[in-house]
Amino acid sequence: MSVEDHNELGFWRKYIFSTDHKVIGVQYALTSFFFLLVGFSLVLMMRWQLAYPGQPMPFEFLSKIFPAGLPGGVMVPEFYNSLGAMHGTIMVFLGIVPLAFGAFGNFVVPLQIGAPDMAFPKLNAASYWAFFLGGIVMLISFWVPGGAANSGWTSYPPLANIATTGQTWWLCGMVLLITSSLLGSVNFIATIIQLRAKGMTYMRLPFFVWAQLVTAFLLLLAFPPLEAAGVMQLMDRLFDTSFFMPSGLIVSGEAVDVSGGGSPLLWQHLFWFLAHPEVYVLILPGMGIVAEVIANNTRKPLWGYKSLVYSVLFLGFLSFFVWAHHMYMTGMGTVISAFFQTTTMIISVPSVIILTCLFISLWGGSIRFNTPMLFALGFLPMFGIGGLTGLPLGFNATDLYLHDTYYVIGHFHYVVAPGTIFALFAGVYYWFPKVTGKMMNEMLGKIHFWASMIFMNGVFMPMFIQGLGGVNRRLYDGGLQYAQNEPVLHWNVFMTTSAICLGFAQIPFLINLIATLCKKKRVESDNPWEATTLEWATPTPPPHGNFLTEPVIYRGPYEYSVPGAKKDFTPQFEPDEESK
Amino acid sequence: MDIPYTVQPRPDTGLYNAKVGIWLFLASEVMLFGALFSTYILLRVGAIDWPEGVDVLNVPLGTLNTLVLITSSITMVMAWAGCVMKDFKRFRFFMGLTILLACVFLVVKSFEYGSKFSHHIYPKEGAFYAIYFTMTGLHAFHVICGIVVNAYLWGPGAKLWKKNPAQFTNRVEVAGLFWHFVDLVWIFLFPVLYLL
Amino acid sequence: MSDMHIDDFKHEALDHIHHHLKTYVSVFVALMALTVVTVLASYLKLSLTATIILALIIASIKGTLVACYFMHLISEKKTIYLVLILSVLFIAGLPLLTLLAKYDVPVN
Repeated sequence: MSVEDHNELGFWRKYIFSTDHKVIGVQYALTSFFFLLVGFSLVLMMRWQLAYPGQPMPFEFLSKIFPAGLPGGVMVPEFYNSLGAMHGTIMVFLGIVPLAFGAFGNFVVPLQIGAPDMAFPKLNAASYWAFFLGGIVMLISFWVPGGAANSGWTSYPPLANIATTGQTWWLCGMVLLITSSLLGSVNFIATIIQLRAKGMTYMRLPFFVWAQLVTAFLLLLAFPPLEAAGVMQLMDRLFDTSFFMPSGLIVSGEAVDVSGGGSPLLWQHLFWFLAHPEVYVLILPGMGIVAEVIANNTRKPLWGYKSLVYSVLFLGFLSFFVWAHHMYMTGMGTVISAFFQTTTMIISVPSVIILTCLFISLWGGSIRFNTPMLFALGFLPMFGIGGLTGLPLGFNATDLYLHDTYYVIGHFHYVVAPGTIFALFAGVYYWFPKVTGKMMNEMLGKIHFWASMIFMNGVFMPMFIQGLGGVNRRLYDGGLQYAQNEPVLHWNVFMTTSAICLGFAQIPFLINLIATLCKKKRVESDNPWEATTLEWATPTPPPHGNFLTEPVIYRGPYEYSVPGAKKDFTPQFEPDEESK
Repeated sequence: MDIPYTVQPRPDTGLYNAKVGIWLFLASEVMLFGALFSTYILLRVGAIDWPEGVDVLNVPLGTLNTLVLITSSITMVMAWAGCVMKDFKRFRFFMGLTILLACVFLVVKSFEYGSKFSHHIYPKEGAFYAIYFTMTGLHAFHVICGIVVNAYLWGPGAKLWKKNPAQFTNRVEVAGLFWHFVDLVWIFLFPVLYLL
Repeated sequence: MSDMHIDDFKHEALDHIHHHLKTYVSVFVALMALTVVTVLASYLKLSLTATIILALIIASIKGTLVACYFMHLISEKKTIYLVLILSVLFIAGLPLLTLLAKYDVPVN
């Protein structure tokens, strides 16, 4: 070993147990795309059951994979509950967050601030492997006795306390995932504070970096209370303590043998203390990506950069004081409900400011309608619908009616699915040439976008109708058992068909991905989009250590179409004309 | 390019990387233990009756452990001072003492646990014991982590002293910050669980 | 930033360290004394409220001493204060708002 060049690492060190932030970013991306696929497959099974309750699954092999959940291909109610809980868990903690934060954050943030790597490369690798293990634990739990966790992704006790073994696996998996995001967020914040290149002041950071910084703070400070709650629920399940078990609880006509004295509501408080900031963890990186893509493709500076930055900081801060708007139905009084209603309404203001800034940025730009830009533009109205439909849920008077209906499902899926996922696709198409050196196909990209756009709305728009009609979100027969649901039930088949088509709509993306990787033609420039931010100053793909010479930053991040300049973009890393 | 500011502080923040990292980690630990203290408050105000720590726990042993942990904190800071004074022997002596005191803490704690178990008192006994065992258990886990880190710096990790004394001193400082935090948590745990 | 500067800094630190050592020892003595005081106070059989307030005041003083002197928070940098202030604000909100939610129950 000693005679060899130390820079030449073997295959395992270079691609599997790497400490290079770019390799880890790609690892995160591949793993989380896999889990997005898993989470989507789970929901397809659920949607089949909702549209055709009690009818066998169209594919025989499914009942071989899940013999206990799908005997003869027909879904049992417990399995439906497992699918619901695991779809939520996998999509949120193993799909979106690792992709938005782990993958894009890891790959792009050090490049955009001009750093050679993350501040703690080994911790970075540890963070990925903790995430990977957590994912494995979650997957294995499908085949433990009683199946995977089936008390919802929120794991409310006392139900979760008396649930089957899968819940214990869920808790263990969560502890690993929490550890992973803890290590990740420490690393991100330290990197952004310490490793900014010369001249990269805070107000010259691209908005994407700001979004990731706030996201990291949310993960750092909101996750530990859930970790504490998870440890307590583990104590309840393994050592029969009663943190969340009230006195005198009766299950199936029999008193539960616990000492009691606990509080099920305590779990809800600790859970939502994390899970409300978690909502912003899901959306902020997406907003960051969209801001980058919009500035680049309108060829003009982002409108209101400072407003964006202050809004995202305020949003992050306030998100710690809104959590009980998920709990209006728990018997809280009017005073505290009014408090949380007020903070919730206030927190919608910075979100609207961000969205408005992004909309106004389009004004008067010579817009390039390429694939990343289409996805970014698709994000704006979709996130708008998701955000605005949240207002009736934030007002407690209207929430009492809408709580736990399909309206809620429609609301947050609009934020996360056509919202964040579109932003993530925009990011994939935008940074793909930097990661691989190859440009993705525009035609396939546009087919992917338009098909996804149509079918996403086909899946989620009817949920508002069903929810307003009063259909509860957790019914395994799709609401058949209640007569009042009858007028809106026919939408179930429509939504299921749309969901299947949405699956097919991803095929052009997969073909595009594989075909692009196979093709020989490479991008000619290191900066194919003619962008201004620092990641385009590196060779393509960036080598270990990223920059060939130490970068120096001369200006703000979005200097497009500067009057009097020779070209319509003036990168952060190019010195002024006169100083040359 | 190498990663900058691993040893020397960045001029505008005045901090080296690991110091930022450990304080961020400690902030998250504040949230973790804070959530447990919040749980304690909520369970206690909701309880019909709550045993006084004096009546059910061994206050003299708890006091002894508090004094042991406080002592280990000052030996830790002395070990760091040894590094700053470029006196490696001094570092080794005080660091060894810190590890020893941490082990004493764990031994005393295990006697306390043992006497509870021998009276068939387990976490499931009631809300007080549930929170007592969970919080002290989690704290003991942190003590074990601290011992592992300190033992590494005392033993194999000390090779760095010859190569890069400044970086080694930083590592000792960071380990010290973690260790003082473990002490700090106990300073609150002790009165809350034993005396109230 | 030159290496010269760092050496100066270290040299200065070396001069100060002997002064610091005295501080550490006095903090240590104060912590030991306060521990004894808090245990003795618990035997006074004051009312429960008074016991809680007294114990928490003493614990806070001890905690502050450890944080300020052993953890050098008294002369720390802005960035670190900012992070800690944030986490203290958030963790204060958790029990406060939860307690408010618990006691603000609708009247029948």
